[in-house]
Amino acid sequence: MSDLENFRLETREWLEANCPAEMRKPVRDDDDVYWGGRRATFKNDAQKAWFEACRDKGYTVPAWPKAYGGAGLSAPEAKILRQEMAAIGARPPLSSFGIWMLGPALLKFGTEGQKQRFLNEIARGEIRWCQGYSEPGSGSDLVSMQTFGEDKGDHWQVNGQKIWTSYADHADWIFCLVRTDKDNKYKGITFMLFDMAGAGVSTKPILLISGNSPFCETFFDDVKVPKSYGEDCPGFVGEINRGWDVAKYLLGHEREMISGMGGGERTAAIGTAMKRHSAKTGDDLDPMLRTELAMFDVDALAFTAMAEKFMDEMKSGKGHPAQPNMMKYVGTELNKRRHELMMSVGGSRSLEWESEETRGGAPSRDWLRTKANSIEGGTSEVMLNVISKRILELPGA
Amino acid sequence: MPLYHSEDQAMLADSASGFMADEGNIAKQLRHYRDGGCPDGFGHKLWHQMAEMGFTGMLVDEADGGLGMGHVEAGIVLEEIGRNLTPSPFLTSSVLAATALKHGSNDLKGRYLPGLVSGESVFAVAVDETAKHRPSRITTRAEKSGNGFKLTGAKSFVVQGASADMLVVAARTSGADDDEDGITLFAVPKDAANMSHDAVRLVDSSVASHTKFDGVELDGGAVIGDVDGGREVLNAMLAAGRIGTAAEGVGVARGAMDMTIDYIKQRKQFGQVIGEFQALQHRASHLYSEVEIARAVTIKAQQLLDEGAESADLMTSVAKAKVAKAAGLAVKEGVQMHGGIGMTDEYDIGLYMKRDRALQEFLGDAYFHANRVADMSGY
Ligand SMILES: Cc1cc2nc3c(=O)[nH]c(=O)nc-3n(C[C@H](O)[C@H](O)[C@H](O)COP(=O)(O)OP(=O)(O)OC[C@H]3O[C@@H](n4cnc5c(N)ncnc54)[C@H](O)[C@@H]3O)c2cc1C
Repeated sequence: MSDLENFRLETREWLEANCPAEMRKPVRDDDDVYWGGRRATFKNDAQKAWFEACRDKGYTVPAWPKAYGGAGLSAPEAKILRQEMAAIGARPPLSSFGIWMLGPALLKFGTEGQKQRFLNEIARGEIRWCQGYSEPGSGSDLVSMQTFGEDKGDHWQVNGQKIWTSYADHADWIFCLVRTDKDNKYKGITFMLFDMAGAGVSTKPILLISGNSPFCETFFDDVKVPKSYGEDCPGFVGEINRGWDVAKYLLGHEREMISGMGGGERTAAIGTAMKRHSAKTGDDLDPMLRTELAMFDVDALAFTAMAEKFMDEMKSGKGHPAQPNMMKYVGTELNKRRHELMMSVGGSRSLEWESEETRGGAPSRDWLRTKANSIEGGTSEVMLNVISKRILELPGA
Repeated sequence: MPLYHSEDQAMLADSASGFMADEGNIAKQLRHYRDGGCPDGFGHKLWHQMAEMGFTGMLVDEADGGLGMGHVEAGIVLEEIGRNLTPSPFLTSSVLAATALKHGSNDLKGRYLPGLVSGESVFAVAVDETAKHRPSRITTRAEKSGNGFKLTGAKSFVVQGASADMLVVAARTSGADDDEDGITLFAVPKDAANMSHDAVRLVDSSVASHTKFDGVELDGGAVIGDVDGGREVLNAMLAAGRIGTAAEGVGVARGAMDMTIDYIKQRKQFGQVIGEFQALQHRASHLYSEVEIARAVTIKAQQLLDEGAESADLMTSVAKAKVAKAAGLAVKEGVQMHGGIGMTDEYDIGLYMKRDRALQEFLGDAYFHANRVADMSGY
């Protein structure tokens, strides 16, 4: 038996032994997945057990090196783990912006000291991070951002405002774009890391159309950001004034992550479940709706193959570096279409905003939430701009 | 297995792409045989060259003189065929008929495979009976007669039927028209008495026949696989043909897309290159995404077929449907973004549109396959 086949069997056994039955049910609510952090609590014992088993095995971040809290898996091993987890419907043991976004950026741009400290904290679910990019005047045109850090020798004094900061009110630390040179648009931004509990940081939740408030306005009022947190552990990533490179690299990972919402490598067909659903409510699946479901399933299943190919190519360095933009564009547009169809199948029941049967209006709230998918992390239009410029190399894009 | 081409496969892709661009290009093949009114619709010389390249017998087992390769490899050649709109018997002979013959007797293999591998022979398949692909219903009948069979019925969309040295014919040997069982596949030789072809040139300049069997006498040796048990062989042949058609469609899509993107980088209007207009950029980028996905799922389905995976059939239909949508988009956007010149016969983009239309119909269109996806998924 090859090493990989062996690994698959071992993984299967390990999952069998360590993934509790409750953790194999579909994620329904935000708190069904553990997000970690200083103030985090577990929803139930199963969630705690599953998280701790994975943390101890390095499976919260399987492909990261062992020294930084990962399991050091090779690309083919990581793929097998993903496949085996998908096969039993295992929930992610830990979700966080640290895993998806800051971690990859630190792996590439961080100092050894930063990696030792921050990556281990992320892998162990100890510190929860939020992302301070967007500002009221700077969304798609992110590089125009104005939040300013005045150089005070051993620290910066930061003033300004961020907006749409997801989970800022739950986060411990922020990775934040701060202008440190007003005369240089692209080479005047520093990628800073600091504690949200520090003086001068405040957040104000924003209510979304889904009725939830997962994101905030974030204000900085004379916030002191140290240039160093100790030996080999600067308070910024990469070089001073060169944070835009880090920011862009991180966006690639963010887009890759968001694209997974369209199905990723999971089986993404919905027709079967929709038929079962309408049978339960006593409705027949309208033939025209069945047609739409089938056309959707063709696109969604084809996208699962694309997601697999994309991952395989990225991991082997074969992929086009701008490909995450394409994945994000397609994945999020698919996810919006999926929820439109689910609303149609659900009929008037799915309009209910508060009933027990709908677990507090989950269908309609989830449907509304998906509309953000093609906005957050860069809009669909911006994705198409990037594909035009970097992949198709069209003039003036 | 990673979902991209291995080093060997990438080498094959290099040589196939060079060969097709040099020898199978539009001027040398498609336009040449179209404008010359060639009754076959393809060139035998190129077919021999493809044999020398080892393409014709790719899917034929090594024991039978072939290369024993899989659908991923055949797909690589087909993608280049699609990109160059190369008319050739590859899809019908080397993919469909070759897959059927895998299930044939040693005698049948010995009779037909050497000619395929050497590029001497050309095969066709006769499955469809109406204008739409509906293989669940087979009305052409083969009645027992003496030691053999007597074949009666009519087939259509028999691509290169009149040029073929042998036709793989799906016929009913028992049961009712819509029965799953009771199908038998026959290898019908070119010179069989009482077989007639009404050969018609199609929109893409390929030639297909309405083929009539008016009591064609066949001996038992013509049966491919088991009498009444042909559905399995038919399904295997169709799966191979569908994923092959998808691969060719990917080539058509990429060829049309590349041509279009080159064009909008050069054409100037309003004092600027039209590729600078965001309205065109977004459509081009959307098209790029769709074509990439179509290609990914096609390779996935090829790999699954080669592995003999259970999900191969489902993903083959997903691929066929997805490619139909993506390639359809590529040729339509292609003509539109070329403006007036896209409507001229002299310019190649219209040829892509024509070929795509034929590939869409061949072995089931997007609606047929999306419906199949729903059926197989139980809704
Ligand atoms: C749920 C959610 C969570 C988020 N979380 C975070 C977070 O944690 N941290 C953070 O920093 N930000 C976050 N964001 C912000 C997000 O990144 C921005 O909303 C996004 O970049 C768009 O910026 P904007 O809202 O200012 O829209 P605008 O940039 O004003 O865009 C408005 C419209 O104009 C279009 N448009 C803009 N420029 C162009 C162009 N060049 N070509 C064509 N069309 C264009 C856009 O596509 C869009 O349709 C989040 C957003 C959402 C919805």
